[in-house]
Amino acid sequence: MSQDALTKLLASNDWLMADGATGTNLFNMGLESGEPPEFWNVDKPDNIRTLYRNAVNAGSDIFLTNTFGGNASRLKLHQAQGWVRELNRVGAALGREIADASGRVVVVAGSVGPTGEIFEPMGTLTHRAAVEMFHEQAEGLKEGGADVLWVETMSAPEEYAAAAEAAALAGMPWCGTMSFDTAGRTMMGTTSAAMAEMVEKLANPPIAFGANCGVGASDLMRTVLGFAAIGSARPLIAKGNAGIPKYHDGHIHYDGTPELMGEYAVLARDAGVRIIGGCCGTMPEHLAAMRKALENTPKGPMPSPEDITAKLGAFSSNSDGTGDTSNDPKRERRNRRG
Amino acid sequence: MADDEIILADLSDDELVMQMHDDLYDGLKEEIEEGVNLLISRGWTPYDTLTKALVAGMTIVGADFRDGILFVPEVLLAANAMKGGMFILKPLLIATGAPRMGKMVIGTVKGDIHDIGKNLVGMMMEGAGFEVRDLGINNSVEKYLAALEEEKPDILGMSALLTTTMPYMKVVIDTMKEKGMREDYIVLVGGAPLNEEFSKAIGADAYCRDAAVAVETAKALVLRKHNQMNA
Repeated sequence: MSQDALTKLLASNDWLMADGATGTNLFNMGLESGEPPEFWNVDKPDNIRTLYRNAVNAGSDIFLTNTFGGNASRLKLHQAQGWVRELNRVGAALGREIADASGRVVVVAGSVGPTGEIFEPMGTLTHRAAVEMFHEQAEGLKEGGADVLWVETMSAPEEYAAAAEAAALAGMPWCGTMSFDTAGRTMMGTTSAAMAEMVEKLANPPIAFGANCGVGASDLMRTVLGFAAIGSARPLIAKGNAGIPKYHDGHIHYDGTPELMGEYAVLARDAGVRIIGGCCGTMPEHLAAMRKALENTPKGPMPSPEDITAKLGAFSSNSDGTGDTSNDPKRERRNRRG
Repeated sequence: MADDEIILADLSDDELVMQMHDDLYDGLKEEIEEGVNLLISRGWTPYDTLTKALVAGMTIVGADFRDGILFVPEVLLAANAMKGGMFILKPLLIATGAPRMGKMVIGTVKGDIHDIGKNLVGMMMEGAGFEVRDLGINNSVEKYLAALEEEKPDILGMSALLTTTMPYMKVVIDTMKEKGMREDYIVLVGGAPLNEEFSKAIGADAYCRDAAVAVETAKALVLRKHNQMNA
């Protein structure tokens, strides 16, 4: 089997730059709140081409397709669950077109976001249904010419595992990130260390894994340090938000400057991250600043948590949930059934 | 001692209530149902059973969730156990005319399917003694307004988990202002990408970081609203 485009690029580069925000950029082009961005793949393809092209022109080696919410569960809200294959295929095909016209190797990564449902027994989503939904989406992305699947913003390890299985069914190489937004863990309680261990146990492990979105660049870097501490040989991904969302004159605006994102990119690389990008609020000017900072700043030592807060600002919580918690205060409990 | 089966019926009232707090924490639904039935059979009022056993227990769960000790799966289990107890208590509470904390209409905004946080808030609010009408996911401004007319709640709660859907909260609030009904309700907003400043900018009364904070905020604002009405 010939190597995929991402594995080849990783073999010949110390680091790669991924893209920035999708939603924030599309809003600036007039996307209405509450409308599914994926419809624009068909309805406003030129806007989607512009989104992709801006990332490529800002120096991204990898960009994600506009298909984050392109699974049957999410599209059902708009009575578009029958459109999964088409919206994903077109989203990837537009990406292929822009990547091929760039004159260099650019990886088209087919974005796969969460279903929004909770797994059994707490919720109703079965493993089988999740695999089926992700598989359907993966086939559309593959048909459109995506190089890899890019599973992102996951909270539940079960859902991450379902996406891994779907990637295998579609015969697609894949990457996958989770979102650590709750006191250093994912919403479902997964720590950075737990994710790094979980990834290695998958029957179909990703090419690279890491974190995206969450709470600003500082917290994301703390999560990266958690991955690094496990010492996985698998390439790491960091895609942090450009600061925190603020509301100005009807627009969402993230408060992280291009300079701050440049600092973040260098810190991520120094922490050993191989694929560095942004998430919400990361505009082309942020990406350009990140590329420049990465190219012009010599590699430094592994950053400490203090280096991170000094350059990027304070963490949102005291601990990231990893490490020794045996000294933490425990609630006095009565004995109970085992 | 861990092997010893605890017989709930053998416990004194105080011990039983303490045990129920632990069982809620561990999400043991059947044990909670048994405990509620025991307290009622011992002559406890439905209201005391609700507040001293269930609400007090969920307050511990809420605090540990807020402090990053418990996470969503544990809280869902606890809330499920509480629901079991509430199912028994609800008709009794209505029959005895027990006081209510207030009423809330809650829903995830248009375009957003994510309802984990919203469900947690709904369950924790019920656990705190509020009446909750859950509108589910993907709510248009029309659906919110119709529910407000119908239910006349104290609080409207809106949730969004995506940056692509959070601005829709402003659409709802602006429409409420246009219709001159904004001041009739307490508007609480929440969801991962939100923050305090955003909630102020769109004209909500408060941003609630998590379900535990939502309950604390709701209690405080409802009290203030009632005091203002009585002043």
